[in-house]
Amino acid sequence: MFDITPQLFALQLMTGIALGAIYALLAIGLSLIFGMLTVVNFAHGAFFMVGAFLGVYSMALTGSFWFSLLLVPLATGAIGLLCERFLVRPLYGRGIDYPLLLTFGLSYVLIDVMRFTFGIEGLPSSTPPELRGSVFLGFGYFPLYRLFLIAATAVIVLGLWLFIEKTRYGLIIRAGSRDAEIVKVLGIDIAKVWLLVFGIGTAIAGLSGLLAAPTRAVNPEMGIPLLAESFVVTVVGGMGSLPGAVVAGLLVGVVFAMTSLVAPEYGELSIFVLMAVVLLIRPQGFFGKAGLMS
Amino acid sequence: MKKFLVSALVFARGHRVATALLFLLIFPFLMPYDALSVNILIFGLYAVGFNLLFGYTGMLSFGHAAFLGVGSYLAGISVVSAGWPWWAAIGVGVASSCLAGLIIGFLAIRTRGIYFSMVTLALAQIVYYIFYKSERWTGGENGLRGVKVEAIELPGIRIDFLNPLNKYYVILVFVALALWFVSRVLNSPFGAVIEAIRENEKRAAACGYNVARAKLLVFVLSAGICGLAGALRALHLSVVPIDSLHYLQSGQAVMMCLLGGMGTFFGPFVGAAVFLLLEDVVTNLTRYWMGVVGLVFMFFVLFFPKGIWGTLLYQLDRWQNRQGKAL
Repeated sequence: MFDITPQLFALQLMTGIALGAIYALLAIGLSLIFGMLTVVNFAHGAFFMVGAFLGVYSMALTGSFWFSLLLVPLATGAIGLLCERFLVRPLYGRGIDYPLLLTFGLSYVLIDVMRFTFGIEGLPSSTPPELRGSVFLGFGYFPLYRLFLIAATAVIVLGLWLFIEKTRYGLIIRAGSRDAEIVKVLGIDIAKVWLLVFGIGTAIAGLSGLLAAPTRAVNPEMGIPLLAESFVVTVVGGMGSLPGAVVAGLLVGVVFAMTSLVAPEYGELSIFVLMAVVLLIRPQGFFGKAGLMS
Repeated sequence: MKKFLVSALVFARGHRVATALLFLLIFPFLMPYDALSVNILIFGLYAVGFNLLFGYTGMLSFGHAAFLGVGSYLAGISVVSAGWPWWAAIGVGVASSCLAGLIIGFLAIRTRGIYFSMVTLALAQIVYYIFYKSERWTGGENGLRGVKVEAIELPGIRIDFLNPLNKYYVILVFVALALWFVSRVLNSPFGAVIEAIRENEKRAAACGYNVARAKLLVFVLSAGICGLAGALRALHLSVVPIDSLHYLQSGQAVMMCLLGGMGTFFGPFVGAAVFLLLEDVVTNLTRYWMGVVGLVFMFFVLFFPKGIWGTLLYQLDRWQNRQGKAL
């Protein structure tokens, strides 16, 4: 009944992976912050949105995509550092819901700050010139930018993995997520580590916003559905697990794309149904609660 | 003066439903216009339903718009497509949101803590997309139009439902019933069980209470009350906007509840009143209403987590304690 050729199928699979790359990046940021600080960052979608706006703006200003690629995560990371230091930190030890509520309020403020700065309509986004066009992949032509998106995500994930598994700072982060008390006793200022982790998480959120900007409409509300979708990824993959975030991110992206191929109406719905099924069968998600990067 | 005020507050705590109703009876005369008081009444009820779950059971749901919206839409569809009378529409609205609560609750209570917040949010998105896509029934993006109820026909009387003040008092009857019901639930042994779950879930389970069943029941009750608020809202607005199901609508319940004081009986109404009055004032001054409410909310989370009503009750408690010691 549908004329889905193997070529179309393969192309849609690639589109799904590119979409899943963005989901994976978002979920990694969420998981990193949660694994360390046990804070669910409800402003994560808003940081994504801020990253997209700053990305488009700095590309228009400097004309260089590569420069923006460096600048935007630094900027959103800096906003994240300030938020952790002055807003989230006073709430530690006051119950698990308060930081969540605070970041929820923060998302409102970030949305309106962007409306105020760039207008309520949002900004037109375009693919950077050097990444336009398509590549022949053996089964069909695939947009170069989406290929770049997949590669960039792979590099970021690899870099983060090396940072967490192979460096001294990573060791402290891993230890801190297991038992913050002991790390403190060993003479490490855990508050600084938390600050840094929150900064890294929001920097990754901003970076994924910048990367996603050319593939979607950039407006102040763009982060809201993304927040819900990255929660789906986190639930499917398992909270606080980085491999879970990557696997589930890609899976959710592919499920979305494949459902859209068969029934374009039900793309969004399908990933939420996937989450419901996972909840019924395995409530802790694929990779359970086994801690960071393990 | 101070003594009188305090003894009034003490009375208010002892007879919470009666006091709440007394206040709500004169409330429209304190408000700048009647449509606003109707709104506050409806959203106060919505926040009361949410508070049953968040304030009293300690389960922070970020998906309660689903129940407000399902109540609204199903009540609206009963009037528009089936041509049923208003009372049947309200019944259908409440029943369907209870059913939605049963399904969503069944899935969501498998998780706890912040996980629960994320899952309720995601499940509410499913409801949003279902209603958004079923354009034939719900009007899709434009919302459901034409939920016309011009008069409330009762044996012997006919009340003009287009007059906002009449509307207020008709809706108040339902709100009164709901408040009485909530108060009964909270005073019952079941009410003690849900508060025990909030304080220490493991201990409640160890005492032999079926925690999962209590959670599911309170989830359904909370959904039903939010559904009632939704059904009343559909009759009030005569349209059902798709925004009723939106994530920001869920967030609104959280905000109202926290501003007023979670886990207090009257707090949600105070929160709804403050929130909507603030919205009324701020939107006249600037279009950046979300930013302002976000700042106010963050301020309360940081410095007044008990909320306005909760802080008042807390101070009252301290005052009473001091008086007790002095005697």
